[in-house]
Amino acid sequence: MSGYARPGSLDEALDILAGPRGWRVLAGGTDLYPGLGDALRRADLLDITGLSELRGITPGEHGYRIGALTTWSEIAAADLPPFFDALRQSAREVGSVQIQNVATVAGNVVNASPAADGTVALMALGAEVEIAGPDGARRVPIGDFVTGVRAVALGPGELVTALTVPDHGARARSHFLKLGARRYLVISIAMAAVMLRPDAQGRIADAGVAVGACAPVARRLTGLEARLRGAAPGECAARLRDGDAEGLAPIDDVRAPARYRAEAVPVLLRRCLEACDGAHDGARDAG
Amino acid sequence: MPGDGGFRARPAAATKRLRMRVNGVWRGLDAVPAARLSAVLRETLGLEGVKVGCDAGDCGACTVLVDDAPVCACMVPAGRMEGRRVDTVEGLAAGGRLGRLQEAFLRSGAAQCGICTPGMLMAAEALLRRDPAPDRAAVEEALAGVLCRCTGYAKIVDAVLAVGTEPVAAVRAEAGAAVGARLDRLDGVPKLRGKEAFGADAWPAGTLLVRAVRSPHPHARFAFGDLAAWRAANPAIRAVLTAADVPGRNLHGVIPNLADQPVFAEEVARFRGEAVAAVVGPREIVAALDLDDFPVSWEPLEPVLDVAQARTEGAAPVHPGRPGNLLIEGRVTTGDAEAALGAAAAVVEGDFSTGFIEHAYIEPEAGFARRVGERIEVHACTQAPHMDRDDLAAIMGLAPEAVRIVPTGVGGGFGAKLDLSLQPFIALAAWLTGEPAGMVYTRPESMMSTTKRHPARIHARIGADAAGRLVGMTFEGQFNTGAYASWGPTVANRVPVHASGPYRVPAYAARAAAIHTHCPPAGAFRGFGVPQAAVAQEVLFDELADAVGVDRLEFRARNALGVGDPTVTGQSFAQGVGIGACFAALRPHWERLRGEAAAFNAAGGTRRRGVGVAGMWYGCGNTSLANPSTIRVGIGRDGTVTLHQGATDIGQGSNTVITQICADALGLPVDAFRLVGPDTDLTPDAGKTSASRQTFVSGAAAERAGRALREQLLRRLNAGPEARLILEGSVLRAGEGRLDLREMAAEANEHGYVFMAEETFDPPTTPLDENGQGEPYAAYGWGAHLAMIEVDTELGTVRVRKLVAAHDVGRAINPTLLEGQIEGGSAQGLGLALMEEYLPGRTENLHDYLIPTVGDVPEVESILVEDADAHGPFGAKGIGEQVLIPTAPAILNALRDATGIAIRDLPATPDRIHAALRGLSPRTAP
Repeated sequence: MSGYARPGSLDEALDILAGPRGWRVLAGGTDLYPGLGDALRRADLLDITGLSELRGITPGEHGYRIGALTTWSEIAAADLPPFFDALRQSAREVGSVQIQNVATVAGNVVNASPAADGTVALMALGAEVEIAGPDGARRVPIGDFVTGVRAVALGPGELVTALTVPDHGARARSHFLKLGARRYLVISIAMAAVMLRPDAQGRIADAGVAVGACAPVARRLTGLEARLRGAAPGECAARLRDGDAEGLAPIDDVRAPARYRAEAVPVLLRRCLEACDGAHDGARDAG
Repeated sequence: MPGDGGFRARPAAATKRLRMRVNGVWRGLDAVPAARLSAVLRETLGLEGVKVGCDAGDCGACTVLVDDAPVCACMVPAGRMEGRRVDTVEGLAAGGRLGRLQEAFLRSGAAQCGICTPGMLMAAEALLRRDPAPDRAAVEEALAGVLCRCTGYAKIVDAVLAVGTEPVAAVRAEAGAAVGARLDRLDGVPKLRGKEAFGADAWPAGTLLVRAVRSPHPHARFAFGDLAAWRAANPAIRAVLTAADVPGRNLHGVIPNLADQPVFAEEVARFRGEAVAAVVGPREIVAALDLDDFPVSWEPLEPVLDVAQARTEGAAPVHPGRPGNLLIEGRVTTGDAEAALGAAAAVVEGDFSTGFIEHAYIEPEAGFARRVGERIEVHACTQAPHMDRDDLAAIMGLAPEAVRIVPTGVGGGFGAKLDLSLQPFIALAAWLTGEPAGMVYTRPESMMSTTKRHPARIHARIGADAAGRLVGMTFEGQFNTGAYASWGPTVANRVPVHASGPYRVPAYAARAAAIHTHCPPAGAFRGFGVPQAAVAQEVLFDELADAVGVDRLEFRARNALGVGDPTVTGQSFAQGVGIGACFAALRPHWERLRGEAAAFNAAGGTRRRGVGVAGMWYGCGNTSLANPSTIRVGIGRDGTVTLHQGATDIGQGSNTVITQICADALGLPVDAFRLVGPDTDLTPDAGKTSASRQTFVSGAAAERAGRALREQLLRRLNAGPEARLILEGSVLRAGEGRLDLREMAAEANEHGYVFMAEETFDPPTTPLDENGQGEPYAAYGWGAHLAMIEVDTELGTVRVRKLVAAHDVGRAINPTLLEGQIEGGSAQGLGLALMEEYLPGRTENLHDYLIPTVGDVPEVESILVEDADAHGPFGAKGIGEQVLIPTAPAILNALRDATGIAIRDLPATPDRIHAALRGLSPRTAP
């Protein structure tokens, strides 16, 4: 029969997960409930929203720790340095306000949709996934954690407890763009997020570039990131090359053909770079 | 449980005691903690103002506030609400009085069908709690998570903005001044309070639940396993229904002589989603069933999925009796089109295609039925109560009088709720079990199994002379009518009549065929094929205007039909041809918007603006068929005026409009009226809500009934025809006459009225001959839209920035409701142009099938032209479908104006626009 548990502590939750039943972990519920449909009445749900230690954004030894249960509304409203702009912009694109009010940052990552809005921004920011489990805690780069469509590197009995984002400093900027066929409440055709960290002279010391909905998993464009290093102010967009998006593997689906995705990505990247680079303000929206 | 046919019985999930503060009151309740909050609020607390449109967070209808934050209650586990504050629409009307926000919605006309209204109100309430005077952008952001299919959002946004301003009092119309007044909709208050009972609401306690078993294949042979064993293993199940249980004929159809759709398929399923069986039982048990366990086996067969395949030599016939998969073909011919095109100074031609379009009303089909002795009562959402009654009677093997249809509130229809959907299932279930039985379609079930707009493949050629006058046109349309006839014949007959557009075309040959495939039945959707035809004709008109060097608006005005001009069916009108006036009204906007677009484009950049225009006409009512409406109005001895209003109000406003008409015809104020119906036991047949006929046809019947009652009263009062009628309590006065109705008790008729009139109007038409010549409609509605769009030429995305819509409505009975029709219909036209395409098996939900959100619709400026019709009530014509038809071609023409590209395969999605833009070398791009 169906079951429901809402533990009050992480240890309790891990104990339940270690048990024999096939619990589905329930956080915001905005992917799980629609996915279950009438099977909801036959599922065993472990509601982790009672775990207060999984909430909130706090600075710490690994940069910023964003508790797994932090909602997208909380991220959009959080007082964070400018390099978090991409994440905040993506927060406002996760479904609707109604969804942002309950959907969690970890849920977006663990659900592992190729079109997950938040994952792309987190990837560009160099986020890591903090995991607790029967064998203790571990951290994994987000790019290694999401392994495929609806697939993540989470072992039996493990829970994601937080996302951590390195402190890129006060000079770093980031930007996120989503391309969809309507203005709101839309699943992405393609997404891009860019983080640029200039050094004291304004030259790019570090860059994070990620693209979503153009491969089974959001991808970092490491070649472009490397080429951006050393760029002078206003020069970043000019460092884009035709082959930058070649590592992607977009598909044809109901939202768009692969070719369109491949052709839209350079435009999104350029606009993100221009927005971060301060050279243009023309990157307001992707359409 | 081995040997149980695969079914695993499950004990009901354990409930938990919860306390939450609901609308300001602490409530204790027992709930399954994982249950959706929406279900618990509705079923346990009776708060049925919480609407369920998708159970997936895609529509926002179930929006409630949890600790002031809007959430979709369909995705929140009830168990998480312990100690929380939950606010629903029921809490907004303190002491039963509408709150400011609700009042603003009522005044602005922000609620049409009302199904999204609770969600919209709560999303707005959340915003207003933190920002009492938000700007437009903040309002749009706040409402972006709630979909509305009726209003086009404009009046909703206006209503929220109005909350921060001085309240506007309701318009009160004196006797005789209702027509033309912006009255609040008469049925608005329950919609705003969340009290309107839609199909899923107000079921009797203990109503059994019905769920259907449906084909997962577009074409498959099937066989049931051991149904008796499955039943035996599930003693709580009260009935398993299949074709064998249908007491009458296992067929239905909106066109009786072509009825071909089984209630339950027999042996072969002809589209994905077709029902083959249904299970009936207690709600919790049936809701928890895994119907994948139902004992049925499938043998997939080769499907025919599009018209090209269906017309191929040797293609499998969807129905053996319809060779070539041709259901029907309609044609209209006048003059020698080929000769005229051969002699034309310029000829343009093109191939166009459109896809299935889903109605996407926010209320999935729902209702309950109950057996009352030897009669069956069906309370369900519908657009056509009397048609439902007659079709259902045949299915049930009952006389029509033994079937009572009581339409519930209808949460949007747009054509798909003209056909029967779940009515036969719930009627059979209630009939056989003797208990009330209800059903609520899931969103995917609604999308896969109910009718769609016909996909069209069109080839058209149009020619003009050197002076820019049309000389001839040919039109060939193939319409994918899906597995069953539904309204396919109506589309096939209506399209050739309308494909010329509202223009003088002296030589014309048009054909439209409805072709079967193994797709969902294509039926009625706002316009019956005319929107698809208008895309081809109006897009080609721009090319033709350019070819002959005439301004695109001027080209249309020059060729517009006028009084006395023959249409392509040879009909002419002595009055009420307002298309020229619509084009004239658009002229200053055309000049201004084109100037604005040119200035914008001159500034350079990757965004370009363009302006497009398109015209339309649409015949009101059935094509060359009898089409009567009957309206009854009576006065009781207490002085209550009762209007038996059988025209189903699906949000468009017939409850209000028909009362306004009747009130002025009678000469008493609208406030004096009480509305009854629709209900096939209580209201005479006012026909179906379709074909833009309710204002025109039922309105004309209401006008006649009102006048007839007035004549009776004046005669009795011995007053002249112009006398002012005054009703105070039970006392009637006119001129010198005075009558206390209470003293007439002995004269009350069988309906309880001391005076009563019942009148019928059937618009005069003539049959079309073999060339499609005749008078198919008594009146047409006319209109034209201007669209200004902005294209991101790097990504192919489009933003429609402005729409100006001019419509000849004959007489504007209620301008607010008319504007609502225009704003809502044009939003659907925008969806048709830019984003909507239903792909069977792939877009069966509201996140893969996209309809416009509040952020996608433009500012709409409505211009109401009043060129009175000879038959319409006070001169009024229909508006329902007229408003959708010109929007898509106007947008496509604006796209061509902006970029030079012609998109002929809809929708014009970003990828298609982008690909077309890439096909142009930068030098030839304007």
